[in-house]
Amino acid sequence: MNVTIGLLLLQDGLTTGFIYALLSLSILLVFVVTRVLWVPAGEFLVFGALTLASLQQGQVPGTVWLAVALGVTTAVADTWHSWRTGDWRAWSLVAAISLGAPLIAGGLIVLLAASKPALAIQVALTLALVVPMGFMLYRVAFRALADKSTLTLMFVAIAVHYALVGLGLLFFGSEGYRTPPFIPGRIDAGFTRISWQLVLVIATSAVLMVGLWLFVGRTLWGKALRAAAVNRFGARLVGVRTETMGALAFTISALIGTLSGVLIGPVTTLFYDSGFLIGLKGFVGTVIAGMASFPLAVLGSIVIGVVESFASFYASSFKEAIVFGLLIPFLLWRSAVEPRTLEAHGDDE
Amino acid sequence: MSCYRGSAVALAAMLIMAQPALSQEIKIGLSGTFTGPNATNGIPYRNAAEIFPSSISGTAVKWILLDDATDPTTAVKNARKFVDEDKVDIVLGSTSTVTASAMMDVSVESKTAQIALSPVQIPEAKLPWIFNVPQPVPIMVSAIIDDMKKSGLKTVAFIGYADGWGDLNWNALNQVAPKEGIKVVAGERYNRTDTSVTAQALKIIASSPDAVFIGASGTAAALPHVTLKDQGFNGRVYHTHGTVAKAFIDAGGKAVEGAMMPTGPVVAAADLPDSNPIKKVSLDFITKYEGKWGKGSANPIAGYAWDAMLLVEAAATEALKKAKPGTPEFRVALRDALQSGKDVAGTNAVYRFTPTDHYGVDERARVMVVVKDGAFRLAK
Repeated sequence: MNVTIGLLLLQDGLTTGFIYALLSLSILLVFVVTRVLWVPAGEFLVFGALTLASLQQGQVPGTVWLAVALGVTTAVADTWHSWRTGDWRAWSLVAAISLGAPLIAGGLIVLLAASKPALAIQVALTLALVVPMGFMLYRVAFRALADKSTLTLMFVAIAVHYALVGLGLLFFGSEGYRTPPFIPGRIDAGFTRISWQLVLVIATSAVLMVGLWLFVGRTLWGKALRAAAVNRFGARLVGVRTETMGALAFTISALIGTLSGVLIGPVTTLFYDSGFLIGLKGFVGTVIAGMASFPLAVLGSIVIGVVESFASFYASSFKEAIVFGLLIPFLLWRSAVEPRTLEAHGDDE
Repeated sequence: MSCYRGSAVALAAMLIMAQPALSQEIKIGLSGTFTGPNATNGIPYRNAAEIFPSSISGTAVKWILLDDATDPTTAVKNARKFVDEDKVDIVLGSTSTVTASAMMDVSVESKTAQIALSPVQIPEAKLPWIFNVPQPVPIMVSAIIDDMKKSGLKTVAFIGYADGWGDLNWNALNQVAPKEGIKVVAGERYNRTDTSVTAQALKIIASSPDAVFIGASGTAAALPHVTLKDQGFNGRVYHTHGTVAKAFIDAGGKAVEGAMMPTGPVVAAADLPDSNPIKKVSLDFITKYEGKWGKGSANPIAGYAWDAMLLVEAAATEALKKAKPGTPEFRVALRDALQSGKDVAGTNAVYRFTPTDHYGVDERARVMVVVKDGAFRLAK
């Protein structure tokens, strides 16, 4: 072990750490707004990466059919709900998103896939196709359960996770995919060679994180989102529609997940079931942050990435054990310093 | 009263079901990983089963195919169904190391021979009933070591899965390499779903080996190879025979050019000398398989299925002289015929099972291939 290797390991750890950090943001955002433990966070990463990989091979990705099926299901379920309750206010918007988005994005993909459009268009199509699925999943699976216990919501999230993994196997097969790097090679920084991939991952993460921070802090929608996160009941009293906020949180979360998939595609071979473990590490990051603080979750996830990288170097067969073992001291520390009000806070309605 | 009558009916039904199958046909159960994570390796077996013969020396054969979805629990359930309900004469499968090993207990307990279609380690106690068709890992690893010796390479580093497949290859390497004077300088592990192996690659490069052996399979084997190249490793990279598939080259792209791996002779059947008994069998298999599934579809994995069928065919022909299918005597006769020590030429090897050797293959069961211009070519 010398400085050169140490720096390379650090780079490697930061690259994966930032991906974990993005996922931890998506998990935490969904959790604080809707109390859903977002187990399928990793699935969006996988769908993003594999959809892009299919597009790069000039094939129509299976997610097109998934998005269309999910969209139709959402539209039907919503129509039924509106008819039952007589409340048609949100119906036209929901129907427009759940039918329009997959049909337009899917249609464009079916038309353009064979001609292999430019990378930027492929990424845009991937986002346009996969991100609305976050919105649809909320409408179909979670909206009606908004006031159920955290445990119920977690079970539903696990069910959604299994359903998505199964569909992933169906659509993409059991083989892994890898996308070519966006910018190959490394920059010579004198003391070490920095890979372009790391620069890209850090830059994108920074833009996303700052964007999220500005959105939550400066815009009316963002403030409403924060209000729903701080106190759902109170937010409703002042006229914030928590249901809309839930849908918004799921959509942003899907956007973050899909983008991290696009980013991680060139770093590793991804399989239909790779998402869970990556999501789980992002989750460890959020737990380190006490399931509450966004900056701490980012920091925690980056620590996970770096520890994982060094653990792989020193004891590759115990890598996972070391990474997940990190949870224990952090949980002990949190339970020692924090007053036991967390449970009451989580289920305050 | 009605409750009593209900249970009496159920009892009668069970008695009827418990009657041994009186049909004269040979029943063969094949459980495979046709879906789930190992589906890529399982599907060729199912495809090969489509071209299996429907009779052996005039006796009808019923092939019963079940999917275990790469789940050991389901594999055991399938094995139970084979021996308890279907009363099969022999069990084939499963098509992954983990699921095949899981089925062993049921086969041994019911005294039914099982031909594993994925390399397994057969424990001493289970030896009487378990046979192994795919080349055992040490035979394949010794091909790599031979190739290293020929090329004058002295040290090798290992990176493999942190699971049973990685262990099999790691143990085989440590067993074979020292005998040939080759030093194993590093042993690293990773998981199929890992996002990065940069750390392991750096550690391997730090140990400056002449060659690296990647104990993985399929597309996931491309990750360490690409990372090693990316970090500036220029030595030779060997893979296991689990990577001989187009998907591996697709995933690795240009980086895996020059990768070398051992594989069954069926891959290079046309280049074999005519004196090799494997050539005729292989070409026959390729013609039949490609007749059904299209040109270029034949692969060594489907070849294992074909070999298992040939072994059963040869053994059943003998066993039919001694007992009737569907009886315990037939199952014993079938097992005895399998391990009679006669040569059976297959597509991947010339098999000779004896009561003490249930792997039954020798160095005729492998050739070295190299990735060249995006295809597998016979290495010179």
